[in-house]
Amino acid sequence: MKVEEKLTRNAIRNAKESHIRLDQTICRTCVERPCVRLCPGRLYSQSPETGEMVVEYAGCLECGTCKIACVRKSVSWEYPEGGFGVQYRYG
Amino acid sequence: MADDKLDAVIVGGGLAGLAAAYCLADAGRQVLLLERGDEPGSKNVTGGRIYLAPIRPLLPGLFDDAPFERHVVKEALTMVDGRNTTTLSYVQDRWRHAPYMSYTVLRLRFDQWFSARAMEKGAFVVPRRRADDLLWEDGKVAGVRAGGEEIPAHAVIAADGALSFMAEKAHLRQPLVPSRHAVAVKEVYGLDSGAIEERFGLDPGEGAAHLFMGSITKGRFGGGFLYTNKDSLSVGLVLGMDALMQGSEQFDVPSLMEEFESLPEIARYIKGAELKEYSAHIITEAGVGGLSRLFTDGMVVAGDAAGFALNMGVTVRGMEFAVASGVIAARVIDEALKKNDFSAQFLSLYEKRLRESFVIKDMETFRHTADVLSNPRLFTVYPACISSLLDAVFTVGEGPRKGLYRSAMDAAKKHAGPWSAFKDFLSLRKI
Repeated sequence: MKVEEKLTRNAIRNAKESHIRLDQTICRTCVERPCVRLCPGRLYSQSPETGEMVVEYAGCLECGTCKIACVRKSVSWEYPEGGFGVQYRYG
Repeated sequence: MADDKLDAVIVGGGLAGLAAAYCLADAGRQVLLLERGDEPGSKNVTGGRIYLAPIRPLLPGLFDDAPFERHVVKEALTMVDGRNTTTLSYVQDRWRHAPYMSYTVLRLRFDQWFSARAMEKGAFVVPRRRADDLLWEDGKVAGVRAGGEEIPAHAVIAADGALSFMAEKAHLRQPLVPSRHAVAVKEVYGLDSGAIEERFGLDPGEGAAHLFMGSITKGRFGGGFLYTNKDSLSVGLVLGMDALMQGSEQFDVPSLMEEFESLPEIARYIKGAELKEYSAHIITEAGVGGLSRLFTDGMVVAGDAAGFALNMGVTVRGMEFAVASGVIAARVIDEALKKNDFSAQFLSLYEKRLRESFVIKDMETFRHTADVLSNPRLFTVYPACISSLLDAVFTVGEGPRKGLYRSAMDAAKKHAGPWSAFKDFLSLRKI
């Protein structure tokens, strides 16, 4: 099963605003892009239109991988506000 | 106390925070726990299993009616070489009898239960409330800020998990870097209890813990796991972040997980089962060298937030460290309240007690495990070597066969030079 389908099994209450912000000036200089390979939800990609990095925060598992893997510090990541984001029913 | 401060505020409704809330409330203290999820457990992920022996004496009787999944009676380790697998399975009769050594666990169910016990004792557990910042008073931690509100308290217990923002804000935590962390991915599959017992060869209520190592992580630090719950299975991978980021070959985490679950040795257990949830979290792999500073004026750090986790290869521990550090934090803060002294000097008692307990003692004993386990030969050469050897032992083909000794020597020579194998053997003395 593809990860996109796996994510549909989760209970998530999305906040209006993303809890993840990217600094495109840093992303533009990054060649390794560990966020793309390491995010367990495969939520990072490069927009074919703008060439900018985008992150689909709505599927976020709140694991913190991108926060650590982005050694250039483009990713500013905080927890979604209380009551928002993924709500694990098993964990 | 004649002021408007709470005795203690706890950030995070995981096992460390809940254990601390339970104990402080039990001591008659006014304690508030902030949980950012819908309820305690909503944001928590475990592999998982919990070892009970170390924590039973800390909270006598409490866990007798806890909603664990299954008590583990069977341990299995599978070494994977491509699609070839070598499995070692061990059943210890003692584990079949109460008091059980370890249980599989799902966190929402368990943390909800623990939270209810803490509330019965008088703790205030407030869900859907994220702690945003610490309050400071004369350079000392004096409470937290949450949702625009100030919550003053004599003491703060930061139990906000492996990413601990509170420990970071108090400058206690070490920087989060790939070399100290692994990413863990987990899937929960619903399967009825009868099918679980049949597939794993278990009696009713019994559980199995099955670990996997070898080519599933492409020669990199990490491994796979499969745990039986009551009516579900937990399947997952742990991947060292540094190892994933380096090297010329590019692997992505979701694909490695897809490959793992399609391995025949996994696929046959989850066949026909329905995927219920897909979760992930980072875990600290740094061992005792990665611990945060554990206290400052007005605050202590407990559980994953402090770095209390230990990967010893075949046993992975964290939850009992969380419970123990939460209990110890609560006891020290209870004493601090009696003396009305929340200085770093007084709270250093927390670290002293942890050093006397199994928490830091075990982490010290296994100080070098991470180095030994990061040896890539463990994940490539040895599983392949064992697979070749067993292939030679069990396969009967055309023509005359080689002697067994000769087959063993050939397998060893093909895969591992005697010198590197000898060095690896010596390195095992460290763990």
